[in-house]
Amino acid sequence: MHMKSREAAIVAAGCSGPLAISPHLSYKEMTFEAARRAYSQVSIDPRKDVDSFIACEEDLVEGTSITDEYAPDQMGGAQRSVCTVTQDGINALAQAYMQIVAGIAQIAVIESHVKMSNVRNKELLYNMAMDPYIEREFLGDGLPLAALEMRRYMHAYSVSEEDIALVAVKNKGNGLTNPRATFAGAYTTDEAMNSKEIWSPLRSVYVSKPADGAVVLVLAGRDRARQLTDSPVWIEGVGWFSDTSYIALRDLEVANYARGAARMAYRMAGIENPAKWAQFAEVDDTLAHKELQHLEALGIFEPGEAAEVTKKGETARNGSFPVNLSGGSLAEGDLGDTGALLRTLEAFEIIRGGRFERGIVQSWRGLPSASGSVMVLGE
Amino acid sequence: MGMTDNTFPGTPIQPDEWKGNRYFFKEAEFPLRYSWDSGIAISRFLQGLKEGRILGTKCFRCKRTLVPPRAFCERCFRQADEWVQVKDTGKVNTYSVSYVNSDASRRSEPLIVAVIEIDGASPGMGFLHVIRKIEPSEVHVGTKVHAVWKGASERVGSILDISHFEVY
Amino acid sequence: MRRVAVVGAGMTLFRHRMLETGKEMAFEASRQALDSAGLERKDVDSVVLGSAPDAFDGVHMKGEYLTDGAGAFNKPYTRVYVGGGTGVFIPIAAWWQVASGMADIVLAVGEEKMSPLQPHPQYAFWSIFDHTLERPLGVTLLWIFALEMRRYMHAYSVSEEDIALVAVKNKGNAMDHPAAQLPARITVEDVLKSEPICWPVKRLDVSPTSDGAAAVILASEDVARKITDDPVWITGVGWNVDTTYWTNRELAYPEYLEKAARMAYKMAGVENPRREIDVAEVYDPFDYKELHHMEGLLLAGKGEAPKLTKEGVTGKDGDLPVNPSGGLLGVGNPIAAAGMMKVAEIFWQLRGEAGRRQVKKPAKRGLAQAWGDLMQVGTVVVMER
Repeated sequence: MHMKSREAAIVAAGCSGPLAISPHLSYKEMTFEAARRAYSQVSIDPRKDVDSFIACEEDLVEGTSITDEYAPDQMGGAQRSVCTVTQDGINALAQAYMQIVAGIAQIAVIESHVKMSNVRNKELLYNMAMDPYIEREFLGDGLPLAALEMRRYMHAYSVSEEDIALVAVKNKGNGLTNPRATFAGAYTTDEAMNSKEIWSPLRSVYVSKPADGAVVLVLAGRDRARQLTDSPVWIEGVGWFSDTSYIALRDLEVANYARGAARMAYRMAGIENPAKWAQFAEVDDTLAHKELQHLEALGIFEPGEAAEVTKKGETARNGSFPVNLSGGSLAEGDLGDTGALLRTLEAFEIIRGGRFERGIVQSWRGLPSASGSVMVLGE
Repeated sequence: MGMTDNTFPGTPIQPDEWKGNRYFFKEAEFPLRYSWDSGIAISRFLQGLKEGRILGTKCFRCKRTLVPPRAFCERCFRQADEWVQVKDTGKVNTYSVSYVNSDASRRSEPLIVAVIEIDGASPGMGFLHVIRKIEPSEVHVGTKVHAVWKGASERVGSILDISHFEVY
Repeated sequence: MRRVAVVGAGMTLFRHRMLETGKEMAFEASRQALDSAGLERKDVDSVVLGSAPDAFDGVHMKGEYLTDGAGAFNKPYTRVYVGGGTGVFIPIAAWWQVASGMADIVLAVGEEKMSPLQPHPQYAFWSIFDHTLERPLGVTLLWIFALEMRRYMHAYSVSEEDIALVAVKNKGNAMDHPAAQLPARITVEDVLKSEPICWPVKRLDVSPTSDGAAAVILASEDVARKITDDPVWITGVGWNVDTTYWTNRELAYPEYLEKAARMAYKMAGVENPRREIDVAEVYDPFDYKELHHMEGLLLAGKGEAPKLTKEGVTGKDGDLPVNPSGGLLGVGNPIAAAGMMKVAEIFWQLRGEAGRRQVKKPAKRGLAQAWGDLMQVGTVVVMER
């Protein structure tokens, strides 16, 4: 099996938020805002020009069963080919890519929105996502699981808490220059390590805070992409992968889902050495330690080395391989599955901005899942 | 009636087996709570209902008057342009008589539910509501109805500020 | 665009309540599908699963929970969702994975466990409605079916008797389906006398809530020919979702379904569906829906489907057999699995493997269709031998 690389490009990306709360707009209005911004970048009329619309939402986060019903209107998809993919945003984008390569679409739109602020007792949601019979009892709102994983990772690779705090300091600091980063902040490592302990060794500053936001991306097939814009950002490779849903059966120190997804994406892109090929990465840092895990799973650094490399400043904004220039979720907020599209939007703008030509975007579905995706983007 | 055949797998449980504690069951309850941001359009619609009026929005391009109102026209994919007040009368687009509650238990009295096309909005524009004080057999597609509002002090900004519709 | 074939299918019983968990049901259906194609999990490149509201199972991110049951751990895995249309959308989502070259073999699984929800699965459906403008009215799913049924009857002067014929036909067809939940020999009078739930909907007009799973295996042309001498090609796919504002739409006719159908027919090169489709599995959660959908699928003119039914055209031995499986009315309605059951049925019918349900006319080209959301979505696949 083989899927061709660079058959489609991201030609536009729009967002609304992210914000800590968004009472001024309903979710429909928020998504409409993101969609309108995206479409106006390339002058397309979704009512005529878009062949496929993919929405990315979960019922219980929205508070509406069959939330797919509410997807079409605000992205211009009324009475069009619309579907919902309940996965992270890059998995949804991959479906659009395949639709384009299969020849059933030339222009596809991917949308995801979330209003975490509207879910009053989120902790119940995470609990509800766990196995009802043998896992739910012990793992509360999911953060105990995050703590278990963090400790396992620290133990397996002799990583200290300070190493992990550095990631939070870096990303929250990066966010200070990003107008989208509501949760940016200037921290010293000490301040981060003295933040409130949630579940040892997990501390408050290491955990992204929930946010509201909407992101809409426009994907176009090769020929159309060149007609629509002078600077398409090409999909070199994409992959998505799931590890077992049984928490106790997972290798908690390795992000297997990211490894599997990366393997798929690199094979498609023809990349053998991702550290050499790529120039930057936007990775999931919902929890600070996960940035390190994800970088290793992506093969950019050797297992257990990401902490050293971060300490040396190689992943800092002026380092040799900047990671989460945007500030990541730690600075922009945790948007759940929408986060994948936000990371993509950030990477898209970084490449468009001219500083870099080739980057990797990685996403994770969040607690308590072990699924995620990887996308390789190039100019 | 029915067939027994072991071509397809599965272990059906009969209602008496379930109630009789023959198998293990895990029970759980999740009282998920939400505060949905109403945003621009619905907030204004609800405010209008509190004031005893039904509001709609107009799209200048397709020229429709939209009820329920929205901030953008989904047909033209552009912002809605103007707020208007429409009438609180209308006609039945379609209706039904419900004998069950949402949990499938039987209602003590049947309830007439209908999609009401609102006068003053574009044809076909309307919303779901209930019709009371009439025998089901006297309601038809096209029957004219009018809103019956709760008293001003009882209205809170909700679709239930209209208590029900009645036939003229 | 590579050619894609269905090479295997499997399903569980459909029953109101089954002992098996969602994972176990997904496993049973997937295992049977793999066995029917002589494949193992390691042969599968990618898995696509569909399942409707998480509220039934009581598990959030249900797709993650079902990973292992669907054979998807350590594999690329996607869950897709278009409400009731999901069952026929899963193979579409699997189709593009193969057609694009991403995968050679895809396992497509539909699973639904509705029975956990207390006091009755029906209860989950209040939460599909607009949280601000509709839920306060105490709305239930049955209302909207009844509203649509009434509008259809009014627009085309269709009687309850005409509609009841569909329930009679489908429950009768289901007598020959070994997995069926409610097979029965009933009469039109039985239907008319059954208790009104939400008039004009009566108890025998409605399909049940169910637990069940079904799976099919899709493969690229080269691989399909190695697996089986008799692949069934997916020649057309289509899907369409209408605006959320269902109270602003003409409910008498499903425009969105016509668009989905045209998309599939165009791809399949079908110009006269009534003549060129030999057998159809049309979504029938309620009996009037079969008629409504036949018209949206252009298998009958507007308001004409009742005539075809009355004349026996849509019977198992007729010129356009519709729902030889017994449909949702007879086999059951575990939402995502129900649509998959229809796809499996067309697969079996086209290969002559439908046993006593086999339609009389030689079936070379068939169609499976599903529908759902707020009466909004149509999903269609055209399959050919």
